[in-house]
Amino acid sequence: MSRLPGLFRTLREAGRTALVPFVTAGDPSFQGTVPLLHALVSAGADAIELGVPFSDPMADGPVIQRASERALGRGATLRQVLAWVQEFREKNRHTPIILMGYLNPVEAMGAERFAEAAATAGVDGVILVDLTPEESAHEVQMLHRFHLDPIFLLAPTSSPARVATVKRLGSGFVYYVSLRGITGAEQQDWDEVARRTARLRQELEMPVAVGFGIRDAATAGYLAAAGCDAVVIGSALVDRLAGARDDREAQEVAMEFLLPFSDVLSRHMGKRT
Amino acid sequence: MGQYHQPDEQGHFGPYGGRFVAETLVPALEELQDAYREALEDPAFLAEFHGELRQFVGRPNPLYHAARVSRDLGGAQIYLKREDLNHTGAHKINNAVGQALLARRMGKRRLIAETGAGQHGVATATVATRYGMECVVYMGEEDVRRQSSNVYRMRLLGAEVEVVTGGTRTLKDALNEALRDWVTHVDNTFYVIGTVAGPHPYPEMVRNFHRVIGEEARAQCLEQTGRLPDICVACVGGGSNAMGLFYPFIDEPSVRLVGVEAGGLGLGTGKHAAPLCTGRPGVLHGNRTYLMEDPDGQILATHSISAGLDYPGVGPEHAYLKDTGRAEYVVATDEEAMEAFHRLSRVEGIIPALESSHALACAFRLAPQMRSDQTILVSLSGRGDKDIHTVAAREGITL
Repeated sequence: MSRLPGLFRTLREAGRTALVPFVTAGDPSFQGTVPLLHALVSAGADAIELGVPFSDPMADGPVIQRASERALGRGATLRQVLAWVQEFREKNRHTPIILMGYLNPVEAMGAERFAEAAATAGVDGVILVDLTPEESAHEVQMLHRFHLDPIFLLAPTSSPARVATVKRLGSGFVYYVSLRGITGAEQQDWDEVARRTARLRQELEMPVAVGFGIRDAATAGYLAAAGCDAVVIGSALVDRLAGARDDREAQEVAMEFLLPFSDVLSRHMGKRT
Repeated sequence: MGQYHQPDEQGHFGPYGGRFVAETLVPALEELQDAYREALEDPAFLAEFHGELRQFVGRPNPLYHAARVSRDLGGAQIYLKREDLNHTGAHKINNAVGQALLARRMGKRRLIAETGAGQHGVATATVATRYGMECVVYMGEEDVRRQSSNVYRMRLLGAEVEVVTGGTRTLKDALNEALRDWVTHVDNTFYVIGTVAGPHPYPEMVRNFHRVIGEEARAQCLEQTGRLPDICVACVGGGSNAMGLFYPFIDEPSVRLVGVEAGGLGLGTGKHAAPLCTGRPGVLHGNRTYLMEDPDGQILATHSISAGLDYPGVGPEHAYLKDTGRAEYVVATDEEAMEAFHRLSRVEGIIPALESSHALACAFRLAPQMRSDQTILVSLSGRGDKDIHTVAAREGITL
């Protein structure tokens, strides 16, 4: 059963915005993946987006592309990612894990086998970047059968019709891509993001996470104050992790980088609109 | 056309095709689809397209009876559809003109493209200049090395060539990078995809801009031989020249359609680019189709002597034609393509592109098994000038 509804219920009651770091499974090291996930939780992660490496990550910027390439070079297959989630669950039963990747590895495993294996491993939600809602009937059915949340992306350019489709098919939360571009690109207009997020929350009656391009705690705080339900920190974190010399340093880097985000979100607690 | 109506409204060719992209691209694809539909119903657009094909591209190009090589082979008569005689030296310009006119209609002033062999990049750079637009071409580092003369041609034409160093540094990675550019600059940018792959409406649109190949060939064949060809043969990387040639023949059951994939060093070696012959269905670059992938769904590096065929996927309509049995797909190896390259050069005085040499190799294999009153129609999709460095290097010659 997905932990996401429970998480967002608790956060809503506390008036708090979720901190959701993204890391690529298998990077910056293979054996350090699970300890890094635990470190993210220690640094204040309310949920974790775990990137499933793919050879052709067409929606990702250079930082996550390179992380994917390195992880694949180390043997981080979808099967291995699920094994890591299972290992993580031995010590952590409460932090939601959302897998984020591309459709083809899931299709290669078979949507049904994947959904069953992911549920067994302890995954909560799944984002498949290149699976449009229109093409998703089979995958959504399989994810729901195993009580996993299919999470869709919405963008500044999404039409009302598409918002309605996502509302119908998605669950858990909606990932609002805050800019027209790839992961890690520069965002200019956070006011517009905040306005748009507020509108989407009303229309969707579902939590809205904002991601793509959040680099600093001040931005996260601003989005929290504007009422978004979660902020996703991806490329900025992955970029810093890539420079770590060993697993211990990677964990320290993650802690050091995420703590200011965690602090600012705690300060905004209860002040959310 | 008779019975054949593909794709459906959502761009599906049976289970293949469709639209698999990040949400940020969906509105751009919807806008493109609407603009394309409107353009098709606008006689002025079609008149301008065909006018440009005549005046700028040089169509119709000949259907040439390769009588000497046919006689040598002692079987079927081989006819070559001379796409190599188009402006810029390949079939790619048909589609580039079509998409550039569409871009202009949509008010987009910046064209981007991916390229493997460089032919599509050159074609896009050419039309961008022709219509006064900005042009950026993405090309894998490996292909830049193999096709340096085309890189220089693009730059001469005023295009910016972005060298892609991610992944396998070939066509598939250039496509990824072009998609990333598009998603970032979607307001002013038109992505000119160079083959019959990608998200809907590209496979259908690119096929329709190339169907002139088959339509001309069909009329020319009837005029010259009094009947339809027995076999149509074309090379298949993404498969644009093949779809252009095949499409007007799909409802003619007497015409065999044969697509030739790159067999590389041989199918047994794994070093090839033959997803239809050896791959399985999956999702890449916006569409469901046959792919070369490992058991975990990661896309494999491909190998072909010809950069234009060095791609792990294939247009979804070919996947559909394969499954329905309407077309058959075979391979020619690097070695066979080289032999065909030399044979056509020496016997007919035509230097073919290495891509097209794969189709020729297949035709040369089939012809001797056929009667001399039968015909094979081969798409000579491009000229081989761009490949002389590759061929010379393979034979130990430094130019």
